[in-house]
Amino acid sequence: MQDEYLQLLAGCASNVRFEAGQFVLREGEEAHEFFLIRHGKVALEVFAPERGSITIQTLGEGEVLGWSWLVPPYRWRFDARAIELTRAIALDGKCLREKSEKDCCLGYELLKRFSQVMVEHLQATRFQLLNVYDAH
Amino acid sequence: MPEPETTSSSTACANPSQRAQVVLERESLQTLFDALVGRGYKLLGPTFREGAIVYDELTSTADLPAGWTDEQDGGKYRLKKRDDEALFGYVVGPHSWKKFLFPPSVRLWQAERRGNTFQIEAEQHESTKMAFFGVRSCELHALAIQDKVFASGTYVDPLYKARRDRVFIVAVNCGQAGGTCFCVSMNRGPKATSGFDLALTEILDDGRHYFVVETGTEASCQVLAELPHRPADEREREAAEKAVARAAGQMGRRMDTIGIKELLYANYEHPRWDNVAGRCLTCANCTMVCPTCFCSTVEDVTDLKGEHAERWRRWDSCFTTDFSYIHGGSVRSTSRARYRQWMTHKLATWIDQFGTSGCVGCGRCITWCPVGIDITEEVRAIRETDVSAISRKEIGNGNTRAHSG
Amino acid sequence: MLPHPYRVQRVRRETPDTFTLALEPESGRRELAFAPGQFNMLYAFGVGEVPISISGDPAKPAVLVHTTREVGTVTRAMRKLKPLDSLGVRGPFGTRWPVTPARGADVVIVAGGIGLAPLRPALYQILAARKHYGKVVLLYGTRTPADILFRRELQQWHSRFDLEVHVTVDRAMSNWRGNVGVVTSLVARAPFDPYSTLAMVCGPEIMMRFTVQELERRNVAVENIYLSMERNMKCAVGWCGHCQFGPTFICKDGPVFRYDRIQALLAIREI
Repeated sequence: MQDEYLQLLAGCASNVRFEAGQFVLREGEEAHEFFLIRHGKVALEVFAPERGSITIQTLGEGEVLGWSWLVPPYRWRFDARAIELTRAIALDGKCLREKSEKDCCLGYELLKRFSQVMVEHLQATRFQLLNVYDAH
Repeated sequence: MPEPETTSSSTACANPSQRAQVVLERESLQTLFDALVGRGYKLLGPTFREGAIVYDELTSTADLPAGWTDEQDGGKYRLKKRDDEALFGYVVGPHSWKKFLFPPSVRLWQAERRGNTFQIEAEQHESTKMAFFGVRSCELHALAIQDKVFASGTYVDPLYKARRDRVFIVAVNCGQAGGTCFCVSMNRGPKATSGFDLALTEILDDGRHYFVVETGTEASCQVLAELPHRPADEREREAAEKAVARAAGQMGRRMDTIGIKELLYANYEHPRWDNVAGRCLTCANCTMVCPTCFCSTVEDVTDLKGEHAERWRRWDSCFTTDFSYIHGGSVRSTSRARYRQWMTHKLATWIDQFGTSGCVGCGRCITWCPVGIDITEEVRAIRETDVSAISRKEIGNGNTRAHSG
Repeated sequence: MLPHPYRVQRVRRETPDTFTLALEPESGRRELAFAPGQFNMLYAFGVGEVPISISGDPAKPAVLVHTTREVGTVTRAMRKLKPLDSLGVRGPFGTRWPVTPARGADVVIVAGGIGLAPLRPALYQILAARKHYGKVVLLYGTRTPADILFRRELQQWHSRFDLEVHVTVDRAMSNWRGNVGVVTSLVARAPFDPYSTLAMVCGPEIMMRFTVQELERRNVAVENIYLSMERNMKCAVGWCGHCQFGPTFICKDGPVFRYDRIQALLAIREI
């Protein structure tokens, strides 16, 4: 990525920290940021009344949390909760979105990277759906 | 052609490898029977039963289907009366010799409960000596093929070996071909070249009815010594050659075997498989009549008290839905996959497994298929529209890299 | 080719649908020596016989260990066995994991579900000769935490400094503090040198295919990846024809295969 974009991203970034058990984001809330996990573990969860809280994926060091900021309706589709003390870099997605409207190249660079993340998640989800370990 | 022995009948063949050619008159054929019976052999050969010529026990030459021939085509088998009394004037029927060496149903062992444990008693395999009377060249090759499966390599089937080692083979050179025969293009006949003790070529000519007999082994020379015979003269040897040549020229079908392994390996997704799947009933007739098919299953049974258990082995067929069943489903659930498995095994993967084709060109699978599916036609159809140029895959002995384009 | 009776020492339930049998030879019988990756045909008197991978330590043949899922009449009968009951054993059969050829390289073991059972003997052998290997990584995925096999052992392995163990489940309740995600997702960041690694993969066929994709993405050569295949088996000696997979017989050419040798076969449906 070009230097100027990197600078831009750095400008939109801040360090954040979540204690174990703390929610990072909540289903339905506005998605205006995303996170690069530096250290720790975050669980993506869904709550079903009769089943309780189900973890659908965990993310750890070096992984990206959150792409809902990039696609309408810009709302989180799940909960994310820190399982242990987690430090991350939070990036102002809303701001980046607005800048991308003006600078398409920035938008393209971001989309290139995020589409990869989404595809990985999609592939993993499909694999999970297959229930390969079941006795059929 | 080997030189005929010019010695007297008391030393019929000083050197068995020289393949003496002698003449045995029709009326003396019973003496061959008697000589074998005298040596303790049970005679098995072609006989007429329920509208077909099958392999069963023979008590005398009178049991042979004299004067009959068969008309065979895809899904068709009919016997017809000949206008002569030839004893071997037909080709092969629904039975093959595998039924005697690899029986359709056989007990492998028995077991008795003994408190918490159990005791297993292996089956004692009877040492009946069998004489196969009337084995065609394609069938000799089929025997050799099944020998590779059951009697070579790390594991040897003791039942197969016990019986096979004691078999005396009287081969017959075909004097005519059947409607579905293609042994010539498979290089498996019609002349018997090895794997027999004696080979007979039947000649009916000018009022005479005799056999030109070729010896193949030491044992056969000894048997021959007991029979009234004399060396074959040139005319008789020529008559034998002509009979075989006539059969070779009458083949009902032809299989192009050039590059057939690579062809089938490259065409697992050929549309022809869908085409044949639309016709194939997966009735498994072809596997039952095929002289080389060897698939089996085991059945564990027990008595009502649960004290006595037995394991039986039975013929099985890759055409059944359960054949490839693993926890929850069958790997080959469609008839398309099952027909493809049978044909690619017979003609392609068999070569990588055992060094030769699994097919001997006997045509039984064509004759006994209720819808007349013809293996030679299926190969032809795939060859004609070989789609492998689009995406060629190499599947072979230890070399299964995929290439594209 | 007769089954020999072995005495049941212990039947232990591992997970709701999986159990482990510990067997010992009955008096006068020699111990069964085997290589990791091999299997036995186990016979339940009067019920039937099934192929089960050997899951114990090849260095301790006095006790013959098998771990299996309960999926049919024979395995159901086996689960009901009590200590001192007998089970028929025929074997061992099949090809082995490349434990010795892997010396000098890193080893990554990827197991899915019951697939950890046939891999465990390989891991035992590697750990017994640990200094001959580079990094050793175990990646293990199951459906849920309740399905994790050999839990205590996994925890022991996890605490070793010379072994990297990552366990993940497809889904869990929120009281699970471990990884959630498919086992393939563990490959990308596993600490091994792809250019000097032997990978051994075992689990449901789909899981193995997806895992190989991930390994290839990390540039592990196809000749350095080994899978364990499974098909219907009746005789285990290459006669019954049931276990054929293309030109191979899983009972004698497998179950362990070098990936490049079956790569083309894996892409063909219903073969």
